[in-house]
Amino acid sequence: MQTVDTPILAANASAATLTRLAEIQRLAKAAVDKPAALGPDVDVTRFRTVSEHQSVDSLASLEKQVRETALTSGFTTDESERSGSYFQMDRTAIYERVAAAFGGAIEIMGTGEALQRYPDEMAERFWWRAVAPDKDKYTALVALHQTEGYFVRVKAGQRVEKPIQACLFISESDVSQNLHNVIVVEDGAEANIITGCNISTGVKEGLHAGISEFFIGKGAKLTFTMVHNWDKEFSVRPRTTAVVGDDGIFISNYVLLKPVRSIQAFPVARLEGERSRAVFTTIVCGLEDSIIDLGTETQLIGVGSRSEAVARTVSRDHSVVYSRGRLIARTNDCKAHLDCRGIVQSDTSTQWAIPDLESEGAPGAELSHEAAISPIAAEEVYYLMSRGVPKDEAVSMITRGFLNLEIPGLPAALKKRIDEAIEETSRESM
Amino acid sequence: MADTPIPLLSIEGVRVRIGEREVLKGIDLSIAHGETHVLLGPNGSGKTTLLNAILGMPGYDVVEGGISFRGVDLLPLSIDERARLGIGIAFQRPPAVRGVKLRQVMAAAAGGELAEERLSEISEELELDEMLDRDVNMGFSGGEAKRSEMGQLLAQRPALALFDEPESGVDLDNIAVVGGAIQHLLRGAAASDPRRAGLIITHTGNILRYVNADVGHVLYEGRIACNGNPLDLIADIGRQGYERCVECATCKQ
Repeated sequence: MQTVDTPILAANASAATLTRLAEIQRLAKAAVDKPAALGPDVDVTRFRTVSEHQSVDSLASLEKQVRETALTSGFTTDESERSGSYFQMDRTAIYERVAAAFGGAIEIMGTGEALQRYPDEMAERFWWRAVAPDKDKYTALVALHQTEGYFVRVKAGQRVEKPIQACLFISESDVSQNLHNVIVVEDGAEANIITGCNISTGVKEGLHAGISEFFIGKGAKLTFTMVHNWDKEFSVRPRTTAVVGDDGIFISNYVLLKPVRSIQAFPVARLEGERSRAVFTTIVCGLEDSIIDLGTETQLIGVGSRSEAVARTVSRDHSVVYSRGRLIARTNDCKAHLDCRGIVQSDTSTQWAIPDLESEGAPGAELSHEAAISPIAAEEVYYLMSRGVPKDEAVSMITRGFLNLEIPGLPAALKKRIDEAIEETSRESM
Repeated sequence: MADTPIPLLSIEGVRVRIGEREVLKGIDLSIAHGETHVLLGPNGSGKTTLLNAILGMPGYDVVEGGISFRGVDLLPLSIDERARLGIGIAFQRPPAVRGVKLRQVMAAAAGGELAEERLSEISEELELDEMLDRDVNMGFSGGEAKRSEMGQLLAQRPALALFDEPESGVDLDNIAVVGGAIQHLLRGAAASDPRRAGLIITHTGNILRYVNADVGHVLYEGRIACNGNPLDLIADIGRQGYERCVECATCKQ
C-alpha cells in the first residue's frame, strides 16, 4: 500500500485554503477504515497507487491497443468531433487539449494543476464541497492518496455542442487509481462530456476509486455520459455528486456492459436551484460473477425541481445486480419519478430493485416509482418467431430493445458504439 | 370444399388439446394455392385454436392427425420455421414488445431486410409512417394494431396468410384500409403479382365487403360443421344463428 503521497501543493494559497486542505486530510484520515454503507468491502491496503507516465503530443501516438480500448467507451483519437480531450494513463494526465475553436470557452487540465492555478477558488467552491472526504474509506483513500483526475470548466454562456471527452486508463495490475474529477459548467453554459474508464488487456486485479464533483450553474446544462469497461478482477467505487443551480439541468447516462468484480456507486443529484432538473439513465448488463450495486439519488430542494431516473438491468451467469433509486423531496413543489426494470436471464443470477422515496416535510411533493423484475414474455418471443425470427435471435432482439434506451444527448458515434456493445452482449448470451 | 391434388395447406383429422381440454375434435381442411377461405363460428368454437395449431404455438397440442404445408409435415417444425416456409399471420391482439420497433419487425418479416422503396409503399398504403419507429404494438390503438399487422404481412408476403378477426375493434375507415390491404396481398396489387392463399376468421363478415373469398367454413364445437359459399353462410347465420345453421340439411350431408 502507498505510504507517502505528494501533498497537494498550493504555494500561493491563502491561509483559509491551507486550513481547509488540512481539514480535508484530517477528516479523511479519520475515515480510512470506514466501510461503505453498501457493496462488498474492498481491502484497499492491498493495492499500490498507479504509476507515472510521460505525456504524449498527440492521441495518435498512443499504442494501438490503448486507442482501441478507449474507443469502446466512446473516446476517439480522431478529435474532429470533439471540443476537447483529456487522457489519463494510470496517474498521469498524459494529454489535455482544447480544440482551437473552443479556446476561450473551455478549460481542461488535471485537478492537480487546477489546485495549483486556482487554489482558493477550488478550496472554497469545488474541492470536496459536493462529496464529503470522510464519507467512507474510498473517499478517504482518494483524499489522502489522490492520483489526479480531470478538471473541466465551461465558461459562462458558452454552449459547447461537440462533446468533451475524457478517458481514464489503467495499464497495470494490483493498483488503485484514486481519481478526483471536478466539472464546472458556469451560468448559462452547456456541455456534453463523455467519460470512459478502461483497463489494458491483461490487467488483473485493481481498484478504481473516483470522486466526481459537478457544479452546474444557473440555466446551465451538463450531459454526462460514462461508459465503463472493466474486467472480472476489478473493483470500482465511484462517488459522485452534482449540484444544480436555478434552471440548471443535469443529464447523467451510465453504461456498464462488461464484467467487473464489484462496483458500488450511488451518484447524487442535488437539485438546489429553482426549477432545476435531473435525468438519470442507467443501462447495466451483469455478466459472469459481477457484483453490481448501482443507484441514483435525487435531492429535490429547489422550488419546482423535477427529476426522472430510468434503469434497465439484465443479469446473467452468476451475477448479482442491485438497482436502487432514491428520491428525497425537501420542497413542496417538486416532482420525480423512478423507473427500474430488470430481466434475470440465468437461474444463478440475482437481482434486486429497490426504489426508495422520501418526503421530508414536503406535503405537496409528488414522488412515484415503477419497479419490475420479470422475464421476457414468451408471447413476445413467439410473436417475433411468427415473423420468421429464430428463437435465440428473438430473445436477443428483445433484450437489445430492453437495454437500448433512447439516451438523451448522446452523440451519434457513441450511440452506435453502445448499440454495438449491446448487440454483442445480447448475442453472446445466446 | 375445393379439393385440389396438391393443396398448399392440408389439415387431416386434427385434434388439438389445450392442457386437458380437447378444443378441436377432428378437423379436415384443405386450402389450395391462391384460395381465400373464411372461417366462421361462435366464440369458443376453436377458430383461434386452429390458427395457433397451424402456426405451431406452444400449448396447442396436436394429439391426432396431421398438418402439412406444400407437402411438408409442419408438426415437427418451430413457429419460425413455419413462418419461413411461407405461413404468415395477422394477430387479433398482438403483444407489445418494448424496445423493438415496427420497422425492425417488418424487416425481420421480410427475411432480414426490407428495401426502402417497398417499405414506403407499404407504409403509404397502410398509413404507417408515424408508427414505424414506435415500439411495436406499444400503445397502438385498435386500428393501428391491425394496420401494423397488415404491414408486417405485406413485408413477409407469405404464400398463406392467416387473419384472426381483422375487423374486430376497428372503425369503418380502418376496416377499409385493412380490407384493401388484405385484398392486395391475396389477389395481387398488380397483374404480375401471384395470388396468395388466405384463411380469415371473421365474426361479422364485414371484412368480406373488401375481400373476395372463395370458400367458407363454419366451425362449431370443435368440428367443421358446414362448408359453402361464404356470403351465403354469413347470410344464413345472420338469419337463424349458428345453432340452427349447423342443423341445416345441406351441411348435415
